[in-house]
Amino acid sequence: MKRTEFDTQKKYYTLSLLVQDIPGVLSQVARLFSRKGYNIESIVSGESNHPGQTRITIVIKGDELMVNQIAAQCRKLIPVQVVKILEEDTSVQRETALIKVMAVDRTTRDEVIQIANIFRANIIDVSRETLTVAAFGDHSKIKALIKLLGDFGILEMAKTGTLAIERGRSSIYDESKLREEYNYGKNVL
Amino acid sequence: MKVRATQAILECLLEQDVDTVFGYPGGTILNLYDELYHYQDKIKHILTAHEQGASHAADGYARSTGKVGVCFATSGPGATNLTTGIATAYMDSSPVVFITCNVSEELLGRDSFQEVDITGIAMPITKATYLVRDPQTIPDVMRQAFAVAATGRPGPVLIDFLKNVTALNVMIDYEFIPWTENRNTDSIRELAVSHGLKAPEPDLNDIETLVELIAQAEKPLLICGGGVVRGRAHEQFREFAEKMDAPVAITVMGGGGFPGAHPLTTGMIGMHGTQASNVACNTCDLLIAVGCRFSDRVALKPTTFAQQAKIVHIDIDRSEIDKNVRTDHHIIGSAKRVLAELNQRLPQYDRTEWKEKILSLLEDQQIDEQEKLTPSQVLDTIEQAVPDGSIVATDVGQHQMWSIQHFHFQYPGQLLTSGGFGTMGFGLGAAIGAKVGNPDKVVIHTTGDGCFRMNCHELATVQYYNLPIITVVFNNGTLGMVRQWQHLIYQEHYSQTTLDRAPDFVKLAEAYGLKGKRVTNRQEMKEAMEEALTCGCGYVIDCIIDMDEMVRPMVPGGAHITDFLLK
Ligand SMILES: Cc1ncc(C[n+]2csc(CCOP(=O)(O)OP(=O)(O)O)c2C)c(N)n1
Repeated sequence: MKRTEFDTQKKYYTLSLLVQDIPGVLSQVARLFSRKGYNIESIVSGESNHPGQTRITIVIKGDELMVNQIAAQCRKLIPVQVVKILEEDTSVQRETALIKVMAVDRTTRDEVIQIANIFRANIIDVSRETLTVAAFGDHSKIKALIKLLGDFGILEMAKTGTLAIERGRSSIYDESKLREEYNYGKNVL
Repeated sequence: MKVRATQAILECLLEQDVDTVFGYPGGTILNLYDELYHYQDKIKHILTAHEQGASHAADGYARSTGKVGVCFATSGPGATNLTTGIATAYMDSSPVVFITCNVSEELLGRDSFQEVDITGIAMPITKATYLVRDPQTIPDVMRQAFAVAATGRPGPVLIDFLKNVTALNVMIDYEFIPWTENRNTDSIRELAVSHGLKAPEPDLNDIETLVELIAQAEKPLLICGGGVVRGRAHEQFREFAEKMDAPVAITVMGGGGFPGAHPLTTGMIGMHGTQASNVACNTCDLLIAVGCRFSDRVALKPTTFAQQAKIVHIDIDRSEIDKNVRTDHHIIGSAKRVLAELNQRLPQYDRTEWKEKILSLLEDQQIDEQEKLTPSQVLDTIEQAVPDGSIVATDVGQHQMWSIQHFHFQYPGQLLTSGGFGTMGFGLGAAIGAKVGNPDKVVIHTTGDGCFRMNCHELATVQYYNLPIITVVFNNGTLGMVRQWQHLIYQEHYSQTTLDRAPDFVKLAEAYGLKGKRVTNRQEMKEAMEEALTCGCGYVIDCIIDMDEMVRPMVPGGAHITDFLLK
């Protein structure tokens, strides 16, 4: 038997949450982070495959202890059903970005289109002065694309945070002792 | 059956066996108070002087009776006046259902008169908040709110009804279902299913592991925390301690969870802990903490806390594990269930040597025989005068620590103190709640001259409801606890802590139609206590003590647990 040891190095962690789809739940979760002084790098909220249930994906930077504590605090909230800390090598992570680039002359346009192609991104809107690129990929790919397109002048941009899901048969619905332990304190039976 | 929405709210209280509520009316909650008018014979309403007083009273009622407290307030300032009380209940896991009413739907979000987003404000200081916009959901929300407040790790819940929801012409479907049966209805059921909740049972493997750890240990120490009190697990804890034959340290919140006069008790642990408790903590080889959260007042320096020991944490709330102190093993469950399972598996141990080594560090309580009145004389006189089992509600500061150090609490709910939030002004409200809930018990309210000023207007409530609460003011003319820090840590810069000012507390008591006496020595104190116990009304004893009295021992915040600044 040993005391729990935690990795003290700061890195990015992805938290995946299943919550009841009720008013105020997103703000309840988000507030928890600011209350405890943790900075959210990104947050994405949307449907899960069950009605009445929302799945939230949050990326934060911190050490393992801190991430475990914030996960613990999230799990305590009544509308929160599951919180899972996803590991980088056992999950897949993707982002989406819409980037509107200034492209007035011919050569610029060609270059932007070329870059978009290399990144398997699509041009989804064209005007006399602009091209809008829609890209999908992991964090580093999107980051690299934005950097390259930046050289032409980005007029505006909208980007999602990271979405993540586990590889293979594992899922957020898996039973675990940890999950049961948290539910104990929330028990209303 | 069709009933008025407001009727459903009150019927839902009756479902939960609620017969007492504390509160204060106002514009938006008028409908509910109108309904209450028809329920006067079933639900007793205690009108306090201030919503904060009502919130502490509901909390004190809950802590002392083990039932869920209920508190009403109106929107806006009524609701915000509750917040200190809500936070106090939250930090000490006290089950209270707060009910407020907000402006009507058509006024919502328009900065209307007395509109405030109280569900938003209360979010971080409650287990759950509910904003009710649809009257049909009233029974469901009420039942869920009570279930959430009372079960698992208990705590406060807030329900905010829009005024139009409570309009007297709104009728809803309602059927009376007692709480024992309604735990299976609607959203409670759904909540249980969606969270995969099962009827809780501690993990037996985890318990077996602890049984082995105990068998290997030679110098175990037990900590009795607030979870033992909230879970009313005192009998199981006592059996556990006696089987273990190990010393027991008690946290501030654990007061009453284990008999204070039991031969295994080492007294308080932490910042103002005894030599015995703190040394035991530093030398034990197995530390078993039950229902305690290792706050910074106990585990002053987490990295060196119980450094020679394996730490085992028993708690109902998984998020407490490894939060402040890293543990070696944990068991999740209610203190009652876990300890009952443990007790079945434990042999009777004999640890005479270790026990005596620790317990010999315990000094006898010294009652000094000075001319001038001292805190220990005051407390000793109270103890001698009151019947066994009397309830003590404290405020926050030196008198709080003195009271907890001095009295030997015997059962859960006997000590009411704001341990987690440290709320000055908690004591009188809590004492009112305790007296209302326990009319046959003597209730003592110990306070300081600073704290008493914060909520002394509740003497009006004491007078009106004829609650013979005895308030003992440790009047040192200063914010004693703060002064103590200034003395020890801030080179005696007594910045803004001297309280050489009005009122005269005896005259104040008299102004409220109560009795009072100023005492300056032990004999006067004794006489005052006798009078207080027989006068049949609220009584204020103004005890003049020296401003340089200190709480001993003391380990400063963040220091190693045996690095005493004061012995
Ligand atoms: C509402 C609130 N404000 C401030 C404090 C900080 N505080 C803690 S103890 C204390 C002094 C209390 O003085 P008094 O009531 O005279 O009690 P004593 O310590 O002298 O017994 C203060 C100001 C607090 N705990 N709560």
